[in-house]
Amino acid sequence: MTPSVVPEAVSRQPWMMLVPLFGLVVLGAAVLYSAAGGHLQPYAFSHVLRFLIFLVMAIVISRLSRNFFRMAAYPVYGGIVALLVLVELIGAVGGGSQRWLNLGFMTLQPSELMKPAIVLVLARFYETLPPPMTASLRGLVPAGVLIAIPAVLVILQPDLGTALAICFGGAVTMFLAGLPLWWFVSAGTAALIAAPIAFFTLLHDYQRNRVMTFLDPESDPLGTGYHITQSKIAIGSGGIFGKGFGNGTQSHLQYLPEAHTDFVFATMAEEWGFLGGLFVLFVFAVILTWGMNVARQAPDRFSSLLAAGMAATIFFYVAINLMMVMGLAPVVGIPLPFMSHGGTSMLTNMICVGIMMAVNRWNQRPSSFS
Amino acid sequence: MKINFRRLIPQAHTTSGTLRNSFDRRSLVVGSVQGGIGVLLAARMGYLAVFENEKYKLKAESNRVNLSLIPPRRGWILDRHGTPLASNRADFRVDIIPERMVQGDNTIARLGQLLSLSPIDMQDLHDKLDKAHGFAPVEVASGLDWERFAAVSVRLPDLPGVVTQRGFSRHYPTGPAVGHLLGYVGTASAEDYEKDRDPLLITPGYKVGKDGLEKVFEKQLRGKPGARRVEVTASGRIVRDLDTREDVQGKTIKLTIDAGLQDYAARRIGPESGAVVVMDCHNGDILAMASMPSFDPNSFSDGIGRLEWKMLSDDDHVPLRNKVLRGLYPPGSTVKPMVALSFLEAGLDPEESTICNGGLRVGNRVFHCWNRRGHGRVNMAKGIYQSCDVYFYYFAQKMGMDIIAAMARRLGLGQEFDLPVVGQSYGTVPDPAWKLKKYGREWQTFDTVNATIGQGYFLVNPLQQAVMASRIASGRQLMPRLLYSDKPSMAPSLGFPQEHLDYVHKAMSDVVNGPGTAHRAALPIPDVLLAGKTGTAQVVGLNVSSGKGGLWKYRDHGHFICFAPFDKPRYACAVLIEHGGGSGAAYPIARDVMTYLWDKQKAMDTLLEFEKQWGGTAQQRLDARYRTYSAQYGVNAPAVSPEEEKAKVRQAEDTQDEPQPIVSDAQSPAPEPVAPATPAPTPSPDGADNAGGTAQ
Repeated sequence: MTPSVVPEAVSRQPWMMLVPLFGLVVLGAAVLYSAAGGHLQPYAFSHVLRFLIFLVMAIVISRLSRNFFRMAAYPVYGGIVALLVLVELIGAVGGGSQRWLNLGFMTLQPSELMKPAIVLVLARFYETLPPPMTASLRGLVPAGVLIAIPAVLVILQPDLGTALAICFGGAVTMFLAGLPLWWFVSAGTAALIAAPIAFFTLLHDYQRNRVMTFLDPESDPLGTGYHITQSKIAIGSGGIFGKGFGNGTQSHLQYLPEAHTDFVFATMAEEWGFLGGLFVLFVFAVILTWGMNVARQAPDRFSSLLAAGMAATIFFYVAINLMMVMGLAPVVGIPLPFMSHGGTSMLTNMICVGIMMAVNRWNQRPSSFS
Repeated sequence: MKINFRRLIPQAHTTSGTLRNSFDRRSLVVGSVQGGIGVLLAARMGYLAVFENEKYKLKAESNRVNLSLIPPRRGWILDRHGTPLASNRADFRVDIIPERMVQGDNTIARLGQLLSLSPIDMQDLHDKLDKAHGFAPVEVASGLDWERFAAVSVRLPDLPGVVTQRGFSRHYPTGPAVGHLLGYVGTASAEDYEKDRDPLLITPGYKVGKDGLEKVFEKQLRGKPGARRVEVTASGRIVRDLDTREDVQGKTIKLTIDAGLQDYAARRIGPESGAVVVMDCHNGDILAMASMPSFDPNSFSDGIGRLEWKMLSDDDHVPLRNKVLRGLYPPGSTVKPMVALSFLEAGLDPEESTICNGGLRVGNRVFHCWNRRGHGRVNMAKGIYQSCDVYFYYFAQKMGMDIIAAMARRLGLGQEFDLPVVGQSYGTVPDPAWKLKKYGREWQTFDTVNATIGQGYFLVNPLQQAVMASRIASGRQLMPRLLYSDKPSMAPSLGFPQEHLDYVHKAMSDVVNGPGTAHRAALPIPDVLLAGKTGTAQVVGLNVSSGKGGLWKYRDHGHFICFAPFDKPRYACAVLIEHGGGSGAAYPIARDVMTYLWDKQKAMDTLLEFEKQWGGTAQQRLDARYRTYSAQYGVNAPAVSPEEEKAKVRQAEDTQDEPQPIVSDAQSPAPEPVAPATPAPTPSPDGADNAGGTAQ
């Protein structure tokens, strides 16, 4: 061991992922600063502050031992399911749908926490499942129930986007756990058949509308299609180099809805152009590639499933959000990780990052006592 | 069984190691899918931002920039001295574009509250909205004060479809006095927009000429609109002005009208229904052409409300008719100087005379003179100044109708003039050929008798009478004109020998200043002698009414034509008082109007004295009447359909083609009481000076 000026606690952090991530958060803060009309308040300052707080949290998470994760998996899952039920009950009593709990100092959206939790619990489940049973119903049914409980609760809220995210995270974990491929193929086929039926029976009117508008946004340019149309205008009018920092008209003149949350990418693209968009995609590629590498290098089944599931969860956010703002997916309320203004999404994504960092740490010390 | 089999096979081989392998392979698949989607997103973004950049740039611009037209300021209309008859006043206005309203009723109720509109205003607004086409703006209020304007302006985001604007509105300083002359402006109708798809027509605050000179000179007065580019937010709030192109004001139109005289004449008519025309005897300039009662063009520009409409329809004086151009009346004895000129030209010695015994026997019929006691021996001069009917009956028989009709046309009767007006009714100058053509009947003796005293089929409008007066005064073929021109125009001579003119002028002077029928028409100006001719035109037969009193619509029309000074004519004037009960209603007005041309103060003193009795100026009386109506009817006035409206206007305007009944007898004038020569001048509210100078 050669002595180094950099303390070991600092040097062992995964800087090749963290530095681009800082870049992305700073860009996000700049965009939020501009969206607030050139002010740090109310978005940019709290954005950076939250990131720093949650970064500390992520580092703390990364210090936790593997056994702690193993032990905590089911209690955490159970706790969050309980919170989801509680939210449902409060909503029913209060006479309306509710997605969050008011904790006094912050509002907590339990469905968000479920996104990493479902991955955690499934990773734990498949670790304990004897390998020969992976391809049996014993490997499918309990996992399916674990996914279905929170998914149904969240759909009832109703929050289709989060429910899909939970299902996606769970499904990817199951896929990586080695379940037979033809199950996924037939499930996919069944979904293709069921989707149109569900579309006309299960979805709420506003959800149906969003899908219809996605298919033909110009049909209702001032109604539901307005979001997509304005978002495309913002991205398209930015060009290669953008209109320049602080010069976005779509966001500043309020043509772009939710310019600081769900459509923050459009706000960014208008001012920073195609190059800004490529930078964002590049950072996400770095983070996700790093995450998948961490998963591949993980010493055991639990760790690899955990890291890969976290990467998939972040990926789902990014993919759906970007497809939505570019008019490739219907409008679902999913924010863009690390750029959208919002505490809960930052919390969830930093939990994912923290867990990936934890797995990364376990990788570096395969012989540790944990 | 097959399913079972397939499940058994991999089960047998599943170990930690195979799972690890499968994880590695599958994580590669997941990573590839993620990468693939990343590439797809980058491609999509490149497509939007690079290939479709132009399209979206344009869309962003059209989002951001709002182009609005600035209605051009209308050209002013000036009188001959440069005093504005129609100008523009800066004002604050609020309009609605019905198409863009979301919750119409709420918005309108809210506006009513903010602008403190009365129930009557609200009703009119609802009427206008009912008739409106979606895209065309509907005026809610104009001429607002800053507070009320601001109250609406700050709430615009909550009031979709409402437009506030600082602009200009048309202002007519003398109101009703110029109503018929200038017309009024209003928002362009749907038909206008159908014809001319100019977006200016549906720009809030833009008005087009609807009647009178405003309509005729629409093109010149219109001007060119300006444009304003502003940056707006999604909710329509204006962030900043980008650039503004100023409007180009319409051309100024200068008229021959004398604003003061026009106003004076209109006010002097008072509560009567009548018309006054004043012309310059040098060049034919029309100095005044007033028709009363009238409407206030200022209050018409926001549309005609129910109450206003009820006021107009209830008035039997037909306020919608411009009586100067559209009113047709038998001219009565005002034609006598004209007839006398025709006699002179045909070679009749003016001293040749006849005896008037109060009537003339032709065959077995007697045609009465207005003076049943007779005038004794009458020559041409006495025939004019005493207005002896028998003289004209007698000599018209000898000279024939054709020369009289020809002279009438030469002096302007039955003629349409080249004037910038929306329409003229030119009336009838009857002669044997005309009667044969129109009715297929032979000309009768009584037709000549009627025509020489301006009765029977004879119909003229007040403008023609003024032209006749000016042509008799000048001996020139003066053409009336309304557009001011510096260039002196010398009208061609009519070719009358000067001594003929002098003779008629002297006789007409004697009407006023000598032993004639209108002593009280003498001007209170030293050295300026007025020459004139009275006329009383019967409306119904003597069996119905004497024409002097009783039902208004049966009373005789009162006429007076005149010019002054009689020896060097400068101004000519014609006055008509509809159903005034005789010429006594007309010549005091002519006297005061002519007085105004020489001594404004003296004329104004007389007028103010009258207006004290009438209850104020024409404008004040109109306002008072509106208040009475709004107190009496409130919101209960009936709605007016566009068809009704059109029918009423047509009735007021289509006077030319009204059927004329066939006249089958002489319309001998009613006997007039012969009164002392100089009665005390007591201005009566009716303006009916019947008791004074006898008239015919």
